[in-house]
Amino acid sequence: MTPHMTCVTPPASPATKQMFSRILTSALFAGAAAGVLIALLQLLFVQPVLLHAELYETGALVHFGGTAVSAHPELPSFDAVRDGLSIVFTMLTYTGYALVMVALMSMAQNLGHSITARSGLLWGIAGFVTFHLAPGFSLAPEVPGVAAADVVERQIWWSATVAAAGVAMWLLAFGGNMVSYAIAAALLLLPHLVGAPEPDTFAGPVPTEIGALFAARAFGVGLAAWSLLGCFAGYFWNLEEISDATT
Amino acid sequence: MTTKTLKTSVSGTRFMPALFAVILGLGVITLTGHVQASALHDAAHDVRHATGFPCH
Repeated sequence: MTPHMTCVTPPASPATKQMFSRILTSALFAGAAAGVLIALLQLLFVQPVLLHAELYETGALVHFGGTAVSAHPELPSFDAVRDGLSIVFTMLTYTGYALVMVALMSMAQNLGHSITARSGLLWGIAGFVTFHLAPGFSLAPEVPGVAAADVVERQIWWSATVAAAGVAMWLLAFGGNMVSYAIAAALLLLPHLVGAPEPDTFAGPVPTEIGALFAARAFGVGLAAWSLLGCFAGYFWNLEEISDATT
Repeated sequence: MTTKTLKTSVSGTRFMPALFAVILGLGVITLTGHVQASALHDAAHDVRHATGFPCH
């Protein structure tokens, strides 16, 4: 009896270890590769809008002040420390996303679904909906200086919405029946019917034109970013193929 | 009885690497996207705005 009891928590098998390092390696490669490209896209398309908004946040520019303000002020140029940190943190953030995505890919493959760079595109779009579009539908991407509710309340709502959307995406992809589709729809709708935390008053000093462009650019670059990440994740997952660990 | 327990435990380990990677990934995302410590916030500021995290 006793020898059987000691087997209840077996040590990690070589296959388990191999599977973990495969997930880790693919995610690191996908996150780093996609992260560099995404950081460049953000610096090129999002950062100038953010810097423009900061001129209004700090009061260097004021609109509705009587005199017309140029829509093309001189913006700060490339800042090695600030923009360098942005590149590092973009790579880190997307490596975090990649760890979650590749882990779920491994589970999907274990359940009999094929994972390729091509199907990775769909995974990427699902990731974009989960982490960016779903929370951003009610908590729109913010330029610096906008009025907003308490940050902790918004973080809680953001996390709950991301969790709900993530489950919904999995059900849409792998549920395979009407009940799961209905649950997925409810999970996607519910956070927005409940509503995101909103500010009591509007006090944003940034022109609406800049705020709208920022949200559009953030979503556009976000979709490109997640598409790249999904394809890279599928590609590196296959590159790290090991013969027997998945069976 | 003992055999049953063993079976459950072994099939449970199948998804353990994935589960651990998900937790690790969520930890990284929390660190880069949510933690409000000022050094982290300042370093990640532009990325948080661009990536749609609640920032301030």
